[in-house]
Formats: sequence, structure tokens, C-alpha cells
Amino acid sequence: MSVDTAPEMSPDLEATEAVETGGLGQAILHRTLLTVGPIVIALVIAGLILVTVGVDPLAYYGYVIQRGLLSPTGIQQTLTRMAPMLFLAAGLIVAFRAGIWNLGVDGQFLLGAVTSAAAAPLLAMVMPAWLAVVIAFVMCTIVAMAWSLVPALLKAYHGVNEIITTLMMTFLGISLANVLVKLVFLDPGTTVPQTRTLPVEDRLPRLFDTTISSGLILGLIAVIAVHLMMTRTSFGLKLRVVGANPRAAVHAGLGVPWLTIGVFALSAGLAGLAGAVDVLGVQGNVRADWNPAYGLAVIPMVFLARLNGFASIAFVLLLSVLSIGGESAARRIGVPNHFTLVLIAIVLIVLAIVEYVDHRYLSARRA
Amino acid sequence: MTSKATSAPTDRQPIVALEGVTKRFPGVVANDSVDLEIRPGEVHVLLGENGAGKSTLIGLLSGLQQPDDGRILVDGTPTAITSPRHALSLGIGTVFQHTMLVPTLTVAENLLLGGPWWQRPRKDSLRAKVDEISKSLGIAIDLDAYASELSLGEQQHVEILRALIRDSRILILDESTSMLTPSGIEELGALMRRLVERGLAIIFITHKLKEAAAFGDRISVLKLGRKVGEIAPERFRTLGEDALVSEFVELMFGKRHGDPEDEFHAPRPSIEGRPPVLSVRGLALAPTAVTPGLTDVSFDIRPGELLGVAGIDGNGQKQLAEVLAGQTPQDGGTIELDGRRVETLPVGARRDAGLRYLTDDRLGEGTVGTFPVSINFFLKQIGTAPFWKHGIEQGAAIDRRARELIREYDVRTPGPQTPVARLSGGNIQKVLLARELADGARVVIFNKPTYGLDLANTLATRKRINDIAASGKGVLLISTDLEELLGLCDRIAVMSGGAIVGTVDNGDDARPAVGRLMIGLAA
Repeated sequence: MSVDTAPEMSPDLEATEAVETGGLGQAILHRTLLTVGPIVIALVIAGLILVTVGVDPLAYYGYVIQRGLLSPTGIQQTLTRMAPMLFLAAGLIVAFRAGIWNLGVDGQFLLGAVTSAAAAPLLAMVMPAWLAVVIAFVMCTIVAMAWSLVPALLKAYHGVNEIITTLMMTFLGISLANVLVKLVFLDPGTTVPQTRTLPVEDRLPRLFDTTISSGLILGLIAVIAVHLMMTRTSFGLKLRVVGANPRAAVHAGLGVPWLTIGVFALSAGLAGLAGAVDVLGVQGNVRADWNPAYGLAVIPMVFLARLNGFASIAFVLLLSVLSIGGESAARRIGVPNHFTLVLIAIVLIVLAIVEYVDHRYLSARRA
Repeated sequence: MTSKATSAPTDRQPIVALEGVTKRFPGVVANDSVDLEIRPGEVHVLLGENGAGKSTLIGLLSGLQQPDDGRILVDGTPTAITSPRHALSLGIGTVFQHTMLVPTLTVAENLLLGGPWWQRPRKDSLRAKVDEISKSLGIAIDLDAYASELSLGEQQHVEILRALIRDSRILILDESTSMLTPSGIEELGALMRRLVERGLAIIFITHKLKEAAAFGDRISVLKLGRKVGEIAPERFRTLGEDALVSEFVELMFGKRHGDPEDEFHAPRPSIEGRPPVLSVRGLALAPTAVTPGLTDVSFDIRPGELLGVAGIDGNGQKQLAEVLAGQTPQDGGTIELDGRRVETLPVGARRDAGLRYLTDDRLGEGTVGTFPVSINFFLKQIGTAPFWKHGIEQGAAIDRRARELIREYDVRTPGPQTPVARLSGGNIQKVLLARELADGARVVIFNKPTYGLDLANTLATRKRINDIAASGKGVLLISTDLEELLGLCDRIAVMSGGAIVGTVDNGDDARPAVGRLMIGLAA
């Protein structure tokens, strides 16, 4: 490799590893192998686990793909399920790229969900449904942002580790959401502890003649907008400076505390919107003790995508297929729903191992 | 230590030989077909400036990196040194520039680290072995002391001991004197002598000419990745120190310098009578647990004037710079730039007004290492036209201006998109210079601008500083290098304990006056 033609590195995280030989095509192939390879290996390992518990892995995978991706109802459910996950991915990308570990997205999600579930049915009685939905979106964003204020202020002005505070706040948030459903926003019309239900015709419109919620479009817009904001705008660059080197941010005169609070607000607001999209598009209400915990499942996806928005969309699709197909398979084949999480965990572990082996291989080849 | 041969060092077989070793990094050839032979019983000095390829060579020998071309022979057999562990097993021990001891463990525990995990650490046999080695070397080491309690010199002894315990035949000392006091350096020199007398080979890396002449048997000079010269022991012994040093200088710089640091004594045209461009009165800052404060700091800088700040490091110089730049809010006092009060303005507004601060911590706070050179040029202007329009990044404008600055300031980089951390220290400094000097600087604060730079970059930086003052800007030069201040400044203020204890006009008697102030005597 001639020195002068060494590939110039892009500033983003995904470009930090140098492929020592070959051209661009080979680099892309290498990257693809490093991403797809671990998934295949993980499928094999998970298959072995299935064999040991007496399930035919091919039948299981086939069924998951069939119900999650290939069947008409399955793919529609999958695409609908993507909507809240995409909003969560957008919120996580903002935070992680700015070097802030907002692990409290599930609490922010649930509070957003409960807020919109409480507000939308009441608002829809007194105003046009579209306006009620818009106001509910705004309200849930504000509530989720407010919920992130405690970790944000502690981080910005006292340097308190946000991993701890956001995790603590997520436990409180989940409990508070439950309390609100059971005591405050209880639907007087039923005996089941749940909020009032938004009539189907008032919910987010469906796309064309399908059952796919238009939340999918909103989610795609959110992820792409966040990606462009982080990579193309001065605001995004400021956030990335804070994330990459906070001392350089101070030196350059950036208002680090305000940027930190802004990151928390954006991240939590997007998580709150995720809750609203799920409630206003699909669920219609929030039942007590409902906690889908999408956030924890999306975090690994965002890392697999190396905080790239477009790659995140692909990985969220994968997660959605696995979770919809996994739910069907749980009913049909008897493999518990949580097996999809086991699968994802195996993917992550294999990915780390493959990266390590690849690194060793590259250094050994240079010897 | 396995070789007990008593013949002259040159007759012995080299333990390790490098043949045509080349190592490339993106954009840089760090080592370019280097040949090197390491023989027992010799102190082999590797001399070179920053970026000459010394560290890379050590990385190759200690198994941290692999050569792209050429081969490494160990005892005459081509060997790929695949890891630091492998290097140790081949008898190559390395003492790195910054110590690698665990501060919360005792010396004994540090020495026992790295043993097989299934065995109980053998403290007794360690003690016997350490006693034997340290007695023969004449060093005293308390095995039960915590590593954090040791002085830097003692920590280095422990590291050397660690290499010897593992039967190293080659000891690599990477810039080992940089952290030591003068007497510590003498001690290390004597220790190296005793070690080679026991048949060890030592590779001593340094960029200080005098140390190379004082401690070496054989010397190899590296320049821009190439080995440009070697002086064998026979010749080494026949030359005096001065002759050696001037030969080093010729090898390293290609031309003879009388005293290369003596270049800018040119007196500046009179600056008397002009109104000050920067006027500081009664600046105060409360001290914290770890940093000194400032007490009643007042001074004026006139246009074209170079005011130096001397003093032992850590007497408030950095705090002064940060308060002036606006990074740290002051607790009292005023700062006037061109007659306008700026002490309440934030960093960005002071910069816009023409007050620039070149930090000494180039990678820690001056740049974002993973970001490209081009973005680092504009780190203090994020969001401003023409590089951003309505908050949208204008890649073409940034790229064009970055290429201009790279040319203008002679930044050696493969391109504007290269992450800035890949550049050498001197080139990172050029990125900072370009950023702070461009577009409307009025007063520039330099904090230790040549710290850690090699001679060529040091001289280039000093010339820049001189040029800035010559162009009518005010300069505040904070430095711990008295020669630098005496060579550049019009006046020198001395800081001690967060206060300016005196200001001296530069001249023939400035040196002793500044020296007296620094150690606390009145001028």
C-alpha cells in the first residue's frame, strides 16, 4: 500500500479500524463479513441450544422467518412494531454519540406512553382527533424530558455518573407509570386496571390498505433526522465534541452543561415519543404492569449498527422480525418468547469475539 | 546474562539484529529499512528527535507491533516477536517512559504480577533473588513499600529489577531520564554501566545529545524513520563529549549549528509609549485542593511586546492562562483588551475579540484526537460562516480552508481528513498555531509552546512567536524554559505561589535576576 494513497478516514466511529490491504471493495466485503458472520454463528449456537431442549432449530427459525417476515400479517406486524423501536434508536444515537449513557429510556418510554394514553382519549372528546394526537405527542415529549432532568442536572453541574442515575430513574419511572395507571388515569368504564382507550378510528392512520401504523414513517424520519443532525450540523458536531473530548469542548468555549442537558432532553423526548407512537398507533391504552422493555433490546442493536442511523434501521428490522416471529413461535412451538433476547445476546458476544479474532488475525498477518 | 564471554564486546554475536526493518502507519513511514545490531555488554544509544521512529522501533522489539518488511533475528535465527510476553520470554525486557507499576500494590506484589495464575506467588524466592541482584547492582529496594510511595527514580529501579528477575538479556530504556532529577540521571548512568559489565545489552533511547554522549558505547542516530549514522564503540571512545555532540548534531540536522537555540536575540523596535493592548489588574482566583489560585495579578502588554512568564511549573501559570482565556471564571479583577473590558465575556466572545490561547495540553484539551485535522482547525468556530450555513456543515468550504492552513503552516499530514491524533506532536502544535493565529488575533497566550517538541519544531515555533510580536500583536509567553524566555521576551514576569513576584526587563543581567525571583529571593 503506497503511503500517499492511504484511505482517508471519515470522522465517524465506524471508520476507526484500518483494513491494511486491498481496496475499497475488499474493505466493504470485510466489513460485511464482520457484521453478518457473527449473526450466522450466533444462529448456529442458538440452534444448538434449541436442539438440547428438544426443539428442531430449523423448524423454529423457519417459523420465525415465516411469521415475522414472509407472511402478510407477520410483516405488517413487524413493520408496525418497528415504529417505537426506531424512536428509541434515534434517542439512543443522540445520547451515545454525545458520550452520554442514557440507559433510562424504558422509564421515559413508559411515562410518555401513560401520558399520551391519559391525554389522547380525553382530548379526542373535545377536539378533532388529529389535534388530540398532536397535543398528546407534545405532552408526552415534555413529560419524558422532565423525567430526564434529574440525571441531566446532576451530570451537567456535578458530574454524577448518568449510568447510575438514569437506571435508578427508570425503575422509579416504571413504578410511577404503574401507579398513575392504577390510581389516577384508571378507566372508570372497566374493572381491568388500564387507562381509557383511544378509539381505533382516532389513532394514527394506517398506511394504505394495510395494518401498518404510520408511526413507522415517523420513526424512519426520526432516525434519519437524528443521523443527519449528528453528522451534518454544527449542533451535532458540538454534541460529538462533548462526547469525544469534554475538556476540548470546555477549551473551545462550548457550553458543556447546557449541551448535556440538551442531549438528555432530546434523548428522553424521543423515548417519550416512542411510547406515544406505540400507544396512539397500536395499543390504544396502557394496561397496568405493561412494560415491553423495548429500550433494553434496542440498545444492543444501536451498538451493532455502530451508532449509524441507517444501519440502525436495518438492525431494528431484524429485532422486530425476531420479536414478532418469536412471539408466534412461542405460541406454536413452545419456545419461550425471551429466547429472542437469548439470541441477541449470543449475537453480541459472538460479535465481540469475532472482532477480537479479526484484530489478532490482522496483526499476525502483518508479522 | 547467559553470555559470560569475557572478550571485547564487538567480538560477541549480536543477541538481536534488525535487517532492513520497515514499519508503516497510515501516512507515515515510521521505520524505513533500519539495520541494527544489539550486542551484549554494550549500551546502544538510539538518538533521534520526536517522530524519528524510536518508539516504533521499541514497539517492534518488545512485540507490540510487527514489521511490514525486513526481519528480526534473535540469536541469529529469524523470529517474529508476536507479543510483549513473547519478547520477555526471548529475554527482551522494556522499561517504558511512564512507569507501569500498580500504585496500590507493594513492590513485591508488582514484581510477582504476571506469574502463572494457578500458582501461589513465591515471595520468599523472590526476596532472595531481589537481594542478590540489588546487592550486585548497588541499589536498595524496599519490597514492602507501596509503589505509590516511591520516587520516580526508585520506580524505575523496580522496573529494571523486574526485567532482570525475568532473566532479560536485553534491557530497553525508553526516554528513561525524562522524568528524573539530575542526580537521578547520574545514578541511572552508573547503573547502566554496572548492568552492561554483567554482560547485559542495553538499548537507551533519548533525544538528549549530552546523555547520549555520556552514557553510550555505540550510538545509532535515527532521522525521519531512517538510520542516518552509527558510531561504533572504538570511535566513540576516541571522541570527546563536545566532538561527539557536534557530530550528533550534524547527523541529526545535516548542518552544523553553533548553538541552535541561540537564534532570536534580535531586538524589537521600540514599543515604549504605545497604549497597552492587554491590561490586567488585580486578577484573583481561589485555590482548590489540587490547583493553586491567583493573587492580585496585574500586568500590561503593549502591541508588539513579548511578555514572558517564568516560574516553576504549577505556580498558577496555567490558571492565569485559563482565566485570561475565559475557561475558568475569575474571582476578582479586570481584563481589558484594546481598552474594552472582557472579563465577563465567555470563551468564544473573547476569542472573537482577538484574545487567543494556545494550550500546552495539545491532545488533552487542544484537539479532539479522533476528529479529522480539518474539523480541529475550526473547533472554536463551530457554527460560524462560511464553514457552517444555517447550522449545516459546508464540507467544501471547510476542506478548502483546511488545505490552505495545512499549506500555510506546513502541517505534515496525509490529508485534511486524517484524525489529528495520528500526527506527531510538532504537527499537532502547527494545527493549534494555525487555529489560534488565523483571522484577527490581537493578543496570543502561549502556554509552554515548545514543551515536548523536537529541536526543529521548537525553533520553528519560536520563530512563529517572534513573528507574531513583530507584526504588532501582544504575546504572553508562559514557559518553564528560561533559555526560551531570555531568547524571545522583552520583559519577564516571574510567578510564584499564584502571584507575580517581580518583573525583569530582558537584558544581560536578566538571567540571575529571574533566577533569584524564581527561588524566592528579591531581585
